[in-house]
Amino acid sequence: MAILVIAEHDNAQLKAATRNAVTAAAKIGGDIHVLVAGAGCAAVADQAAKLAGVAQVKLADAAHYGDQTAENLAALIVDVAKAGGYSHVLAPATANGKNALPRVAALLDVAQISDIVGVEGADTFVRPIYAGNALATVKSADAVKVITVRTTAFDAAADGGAASVAPVAAAADFGKSKLVGREITKSERPELTAAKVIVSGGRGVGNGDNYKALLEPLADKLGAALGASRAAVDAGFVPNDYQVGQTGKIVAPELYIAVGISGAIQHLAGMKDSKVIVAINKDPEAPIFQVADYGLVADLFEAVPQLTAAL
Amino acid sequence: MKILVPVKRVVDYNVKVRVKSDGTGVDIANVKMSMNPFDEIAVEEAVRLKEAGIATEVVAVSAGAAACQETLRAALAIGADRAILIETSAEEAETLQPLAVAKLLKALADKEQPQLVICGKQAIDDDANQVGQMLAALANWPQATFASKVVVAGDKATVTREVDGGLETLEVSLPAVISTDLRLNEPRYATLPNIMKAKKKPLDTVKPADLGVDVAPRLTTVKVAEPAKRQAGVMVADVAQLVEKLKNEAKVI
Repeated sequence: MAILVIAEHDNAQLKAATRNAVTAAAKIGGDIHVLVAGAGCAAVADQAAKLAGVAQVKLADAAHYGDQTAENLAALIVDVAKAGGYSHVLAPATANGKNALPRVAALLDVAQISDIVGVEGADTFVRPIYAGNALATVKSADAVKVITVRTTAFDAAADGGAASVAPVAAAADFGKSKLVGREITKSERPELTAAKVIVSGGRGVGNGDNYKALLEPLADKLGAALGASRAAVDAGFVPNDYQVGQTGKIVAPELYIAVGISGAIQHLAGMKDSKVIVAINKDPEAPIFQVADYGLVADLFEAVPQLTAAL
Repeated sequence: MKILVPVKRVVDYNVKVRVKSDGTGVDIANVKMSMNPFDEIAVEEAVRLKEAGIATEVVAVSAGAAACQETLRAALAIGADRAILIETSAEEAETLQPLAVAKLLKALADKEQPQLVICGKQAIDDDANQVGQMLAALANWPQATFASKVVVAGDKATVTREVDGGLETLEVSLPAVISTDLRLNEPRYATLPNIMKAKKKPLDTVKPADLGVDVAPRLTTVKVAEPAKRQAGVMVADVAQLVEKLKNEAKVI
């Protein structure tokens, strides 16, 4: 049995999410191969080859994989999966993974198992449904299991491997889709999904200026990533990629500080697996306090600067 | 240009579901059902394209049991022109999975020949996030998922997508599938006159067999369980106590 893991990367760096997917693959058991598809991405293949537990890296380096379009990635993955006779194809449940993998499943005429949080056997997996309010254990009858992996549910695979890197032929360019622009939020902070500490703001913060003035100094002190509730993103306080929740990013840091977030179930779905949750809110009835380890009923405009000063 | 909009009947987003005591699923008897919120955004976007003179017809489609007619009427009330129910038995509806739905939609797209399919990025019940991508693959069309802005001009759509690092903009040739993210638009409330009008709009019914699609599930649910509950936390009196707890009790700072 061999498992194909799709690497998440930006053509230069292997993203941490790949490491979590490799750990999920190791739980399933079998030879683990990693597919790196990109343009000028040989360095990524070298990084993937160093992951503990990886037996082989397949490198598809071609211009039309540079932008990670779903159409081109899926066609390649299907070719590689068929040629290699893989029993499982895994990708982290990132925007890229969610975009491309269902296409792979459809082309292979198999179901996809989305966002797994547990492995019960080679064909049986646990996944959250209803915004994480229930956990379904599902069994697949398909010959190939196509799976996206919730990264917070699996540890990151460490370095320590020395896999070989084998080139694979590129598939034809699909040609009906083209990237015309990218606005990537620039930040010196850790990535939201990989951060140990997250400071997150909600509607209670009031506006984007307050968000900056209050939460950024606190995040600086803690070396934290910044997050937000849907309400704060919808109101334009921060860009979309800050959103934590059912349909935004799923996070599970060591420490999650929720500031002015009421705690709608859709938000809780994205952060309730954090190790320690702190909630600061002036409304003692806010549902966020039901999941918080430490709750502070206070005016955030006073409490947050005090907290920043005390650290 | 014709736009096809798939809509799903789901448990209303305000309902907190309970797992059935026998672990076979969640209890959805007597809970409020609504159109999946992302699908509402999809219907709104399609109707706006029609109002802008870009689309000529908006066709809403739903797959499931007879009760999905309600969801289709809701789409008609927002402004869809007609609706198609792909009607399954109640048992089939319970185990209808994304791959089967994508095949049903592909068969319908072959008949209807839409230039654009706009669907919700995920349903808030099974949280699968698959149907749009699968349909695009089966039809050999390009896709633009997680859309926060859609501009259609000529035979191309320019779509801004919400991705992990921020935003990216794709240009796709039509026909194509677009899946909606939260910030694409704010769906209108259906007015009473429009709800009344929706009752008179055409709603056709077809069966999966008419479309030649086998809807047998590929995944079986072994069990459904409650997630582990978090231990109840404590309230702290002030910032000083919070810092003390984080340092000495939780040891996270």
